[in-house]
Amino acid sequence: MLATHAYLQHLIDAIASARARREPLQLRGGGTKEFYGGLPRGTLLDLRPLSGISSYEPTELVITALAGTPLATIEDELASRGQYLAFEPPRYAPGGTLGGMVAAGLSGPSRARLGCVRDYVLGATILNGRGELLSFGGQVMKNVAGYDVSRLMAGALGVLGVLCEVSLKVVPMPPVVRTLVFSHDEAAALGALAALNRQPLPVHAGAWFDGNLHLRLAGSEPAVASACERLGGYALDAAAAASWWDALRDQTHPFFTAPGHDLWRVSVPPTAPPITLPGTQFIDWGGGLRWWRTPAAAAMVRERAAAIGGHATCFRTRDAARDAFTPLADPLRRLHRELKLAFDPDGVLNPGRLYPEL
Amino acid sequence: MTLSASAVQKPGEVAARESRRALLHAALARVLPADSILSDPEATAAYECDALSAYRVKPLVVALPSTEEQVAQVLATCHEHGAPVVARGGGTGLSGGALPHTDGVTLSLARLNRVLEIDPVACTATVQCGVRNLAISDAAAPYGLYYAPDPSSQLACTIGGNVAENSGGVHCLKYGLTIHNVLRVRGYTISGERIEFGSGALDAPGLDLLAIVLGSEGMLAVTTEVTVRLLPKPELARCILASFPTVEAAGHAVAQVIGAGIIPAGLELMDKRMTTVAEAYVHAGYDLSAAAILLCESDGTAIEVEDEIHRISELLTGCGANRIEVSRDEAQRLRFWSGRKNAFAASGQLSPDYMCMDSTIPRQRLAEMLRAIEAMEKRYGLPCVNVFHAGDGNLHPLILFNANEGDELHRCELFGADILETTVRLGGTITGEHGVGVEKLNSMCVQFSAEEREQMFAVKRAFDPTQLLNPGKVIPTLHRCAEYGKMHVRRGGLPFPELARF
Repeated sequence: MLATHAYLQHLIDAIASARARREPLQLRGGGTKEFYGGLPRGTLLDLRPLSGISSYEPTELVITALAGTPLATIEDELASRGQYLAFEPPRYAPGGTLGGMVAAGLSGPSRARLGCVRDYVLGATILNGRGELLSFGGQVMKNVAGYDVSRLMAGALGVLGVLCEVSLKVVPMPPVVRTLVFSHDEAAALGALAALNRQPLPVHAGAWFDGNLHLRLAGSEPAVASACERLGGYALDAAAAASWWDALRDQTHPFFTAPGHDLWRVSVPPTAPPITLPGTQFIDWGGGLRWWRTPAAAAMVRERAAAIGGHATCFRTRDAARDAFTPLADPLRRLHRELKLAFDPDGVLNPGRLYPEL
Repeated sequence: MTLSASAVQKPGEVAARESRRALLHAALARVLPADSILSDPEATAAYECDALSAYRVKPLVVALPSTEEQVAQVLATCHEHGAPVVARGGGTGLSGGALPHTDGVTLSLARLNRVLEIDPVACTATVQCGVRNLAISDAAAPYGLYYAPDPSSQLACTIGGNVAENSGGVHCLKYGLTIHNVLRVRGYTISGERIEFGSGALDAPGLDLLAIVLGSEGMLAVTTEVTVRLLPKPELARCILASFPTVEAAGHAVAQVIGAGIIPAGLELMDKRMTTVAEAYVHAGYDLSAAAILLCESDGTAIEVEDEIHRISELLTGCGANRIEVSRDEAQRLRFWSGRKNAFAASGQLSPDYMCMDSTIPRQRLAEMLRAIEAMEKRYGLPCVNVFHAGDGNLHPLILFNANEGDELHRCELFGADILETTVRLGGTITGEHGVGVEKLNSMCVQFSAEEREQMFAVKRAFDPTQLLNPGKVIPTLHRCAEYGKMHVRRGGLPFPELARF
């Protein structure tokens, strides 16, 4: 139980001491996503000791665990009961934690159809920058008591609070999964993906790379079989398909791992037209995420993204300045500062990780 | 219980209020045409409550802007004059979220009712905040698309109100709540500044502010335009109507269906008394001998539905269902649903007044909860009927009473508060989909600690430093909780028993 966990007091003391010394804390779970966002700085606060599944009742479709619990532990436990995390959080290296997953707010290939991390967060217990232990949301699917502060934690990169315990909605694994491959150029692939939006077919993910569109269908046997028949294409064998999707989800595909230019994450309306940039591209999220390895300057990438209603994040770079996220304009910028002050008035939690001034 | 602001006012106060009214009216007249401002108490009477009609307050002025620019100017004017603003959509809210402020302006957004764009390629609709929930699906229908969240008030409630309440509906188990179906919200801050949350893409840079604005009951910003996700209409939907000898058996059957990896499009449970009342009202064909009935819907392609209906029927039979009927056609499916959809109206026939509760509990605590409610019926001497969104644990006990009969209203309020406290003790929440508004302010003291409530106030101040947007709703003050006199309870125990409580 969290409230009686010995490590909780250590965290509260660390926050108090950081405030007293005016020295920031860098919150760290498995450290698998330290490359993401602004450069971590300050005294390291290891969150892994706060670990363990607090409750899991498969028929309730809810799991609650301490935030330092390894993501792999959660995924194994869910799999043993035929369930999984529908948003397919990336696992860039072994050792990632539940808290890191929520704080980073990143979702895998199924995001466009099945939703993102935030959509599955039901509740969170956090320590704010005053060291107060606060619970928001809960362990139930429908909950509108007060502001939904727990969902605000998803993707906040720890700048508002230290995640201590999280409840997530989980879902049954689809009984049948099949992957179809189509030979398409980029424009044809985007067109095919857009056309699929309007059809009630069990397409869980769509991605394109190097002339091939991959579609993943999932659901009951008759539903998937009839959809495959309707769509045609070339069916990938199950093992090859699983490893192809994992390589995209976990960025182990050569597109991501080969040495070369910075990796940009360009998030756009899924039906937006192709983006023209120098370099190579991997299209994820059914067209909604355009990964680019490009030598283009940040301003150019951001301008191209903005022109079609999106935004660009410098995801992996060798540049020490790490200007990761699209800058905000007022009033959003001001609101971000005010919210930071509301949760962490002394600025001790992960400063600079999301934006330099937060 | 009627909160009448004008009941006891001294002559000096009346004069002061009238002069504030005149001042605000004049200021608003500079930004709105004359037919868009109501300040005559007879004209503002129509706005004195939402669907929680036991609470009534007359606003000073009602503003009815027709454009976003006018909304911005009304907000700037109120901001300048320090006047509270209560935004209002269809007025169908069940928790008093749109209850006017006695010194404030009620901002009716009903005239911003244009569907701006249906994009059949992106499968999105961009609409003004005053567009009715069902009107979005109507506009999308020619493209074979629809907007999934379907609160039972969908004929009258507006998308702006749905955003404020993060509304659900009977199909949210499979298709999600408002938050899962909204991509972008455009609105205005209290000072009249335009602000946008989310985007046309699947995320936006920075903090996920859309997540906190949704369900914030009009306290953070005023929504004027919303982009929602549209889904292709399922080819087919069929509904199973199953009878069970006990409520426990029905509850167990729900767990078995979900445990088997099936997420039905709808999964509703009604107890025997509710079934009887609903059957008398609409003749849906319910089994009156059953202790509980389950409605379980499957949708998708014809082949998918056939397979799922077969699997669910087998599971339900295995769990002791003693009668199972599957809708043969659309007319019969709608008839099965008609009893559930008219449950509240049917209860209205049974009793002069009813109070609808909205707790969500972990589903496995259902039997325990129903037994506790039975004991409360005896304790407070009032009957209660139960409908239950069984898939997601959202329970709607309807407490029946007669407000004109002795202390029944008072007993009903105690009954309701008892249900909510039991909910929190069982690990649930005091409101699943109706919102806190003013109705559940006291129960918020039980669900949240003083520090948690203060953190919510701090969020409110970050968005609205002047605290003029829908003040007094959702988060109770420390003082109010002290007066209510009941302590914060969580999951069966106080987290820090050594701390002083007030």
